[in-house]
Amino acid sequence: MSAVRCIDLCKTYRQGDQDIKALDHVDIEIVEGDFVCLSAPSGGGKTTLLNAIGGLDILDSGEVWVAGQRIDCMSKGELAGLRLKQIGFVFQAYNLIPVLTARENVEFVMQVQGVPADERGCKSEAILEEVGLGGLGDRRPAEMSGGQQQRVAVARAIVSRPTLVLADEPTANLDSKTSGELIELFAELNETHGTTFVIATHDQRVMAYAKRLVKMLDGRIVDDIDKRAG
Amino acid sequence: MNITLRLAWRNLWRQPRRTWLTIGAMVFSNAILVFMISLQFGMYELMIDNTLKAFTGHFQVQAPGYKDDTKMRQIVPNAESIATEIREATSLEAVAVRSATFALASSDDRTYGIRVFGVDPANESRVSTIPSLVSDGRFPDNRDAQEIVVGSVLARNLRVGIGDELTILGSGRGGSFAAAVATVAGIFDSGVIDMDRSIAEMPIGFFNDVFYMDDAAHAVVVVTPALALIEDYRATLESVVAGHDGVVLQDWDALQPGLRQAIQADLSGAFFMYGVLVVLVAFSVMNTQLMSVLERTYEFGIVMSLGLTPGRLGRLVILETALMGLAGLLLGALVGGLITTWFTYNGFSFPGMDQMAANFNLPSHFYPQVSLLTLFAGPAFVFIGSIISALYPALRVHWLHPVEAMRLA
Repeated sequence: MSAVRCIDLCKTYRQGDQDIKALDHVDIEIVEGDFVCLSAPSGGGKTTLLNAIGGLDILDSGEVWVAGQRIDCMSKGELAGLRLKQIGFVFQAYNLIPVLTARENVEFVMQVQGVPADERGCKSEAILEEVGLGGLGDRRPAEMSGGQQQRVAVARAIVSRPTLVLADEPTANLDSKTSGELIELFAELNETHGTTFVIATHDQRVMAYAKRLVKMLDGRIVDDIDKRAG
Repeated sequence: MNITLRLAWRNLWRQPRRTWLTIGAMVFSNAILVFMISLQFGMYELMIDNTLKAFTGHFQVQAPGYKDDTKMRQIVPNAESIATEIREATSLEAVAVRSATFALASSDDRTYGIRVFGVDPANESRVSTIPSLVSDGRFPDNRDAQEIVVGSVLARNLRVGIGDELTILGSGRGGSFAAAVATVAGIFDSGVIDMDRSIAEMPIGFFNDVFYMDDAAHAVVVVTPALALIEDYRATLESVVAGHDGVVLQDWDALQPGLRQAIQADLSGAFFMYGVLVVLVAFSVMNTQLMSVLERTYEFGIVMSLGLTPGRLGRLVILETALMGLAGLLLGALVGGLITTWFTYNGFSFPGMDQMAANFNLPSHFYPQVSLLTLFAGPAFVFIGSIISALYPALRVHWLHPVEAMRLA
């Protein structure tokens, strides 16, 4: 079954006097449990495609379906609900909430979901342990290294077991060791929980783990390699 | 703790100096409001009390219609027995009968139209401050003495002093001619020009003889221990009055409608100034919250992408403002309350106030009146104003789109 289906997506940005086509008639279908890497040079459209799949951006035209629901015509509130329950985001710049501790950042989404405090506490402890941050739950983001912050961001993205995780350059600010550990964590979650991963990256190590590699250029998909097939 | 509340609280202390400055503005304005409103209410009570204790009293038993048309024939029959009944029913001592008419007062040199009151020397000092305001001579102590007390301005105008004689000419109760010669026993100085210029008082026995009043009077004046207690006595007084035909009970508000109107006019002017203060604080809060929202635009984009609705983020901004407003309200009420309480014991005055206050028969020091209303009414408006001012920053957040927010930042 399709986790994501995009039909004829178009998105144009205005930059100065120029119109830049970030998405140019993009069609893509991603099945549940897939591990997809979107690869493109800067400005190739991979972040815009991720944002479109996550319902973060407004498209010029086209249809986006996530978990069987058409999301491009949803209201802001409906999109927020979808993201809250079904989608986990991992950003390049970690994007933790600075005034909350690591544990509170992880619990944030669950708390918004209305998960009871006891259950939240157990889940957050377990996920922090799983990402190798056991015992660091009371630290605020400013007191953690980049790698630790990214692990917290990953823990936050997956703690409520979303069916889809969208990651935008998750290893860009990490050293090679931490990057490797993070990607192994993604791969493990993909294998054990069947979580669908869509990762925008140009990191070769990440691409090595991908089951499917989608290459983009100037807002168009130029290559789509299913490694399982080959 | 609820996540929105926790976020709101911690967000406030990201920029502690800015938060404290905003709370400081609220505390300052709230303290001023508490003090000013308390002072104003204290002044009003003093004004009412002084005015009523000077002459009118808290209640009067009168003939129906006498309040609006003070005709000589509109009398309270058996006034003394009604006064006695009231004293017995209420245990109040401050009950006195009183009559009044217009007359011409002539000295050797001049003649003036005046209002003459017949008062009970034994009880008048309990319902009126005029006996205690006699600055020259004395107040009569015999109800049949052929004596008169005049206001200081009237004495000056008539060119009379203690021991001089005044001829009083007027109409008796039945319309007949009434005339008497009275000796000036005292001159009072109330500080209220109108009273000092046009009022004279004579013992009620003498007044009744001159104006053919028999046992009747025009009013039975009642003063309760405090203005705030008048409602406690109303029912008893009404039941006494109900036992007599041809009389009604009037309270101070009906007897002195101008007093309440003057207070309301003063309140309107003051509230306009308070409103300006609230608006200024509200703009300061709006500035703070707008800066705070603009600084966190990227972060708002992030939490929206995590699934927080724009509405919830808007509520977060409102909640942050509410927390600041609550701190400002409580601290402002506390600071204002402490300052005002000090003045309730020590009085408030400023240079030149003695003269101004004397013109209104008021003391030289005002005593603010602290109550829950004066403590929290002003700060509550500042709080509401702050919340309203946070609506625009909250709406800006509400209108944000996640990617747009991250890109704007």
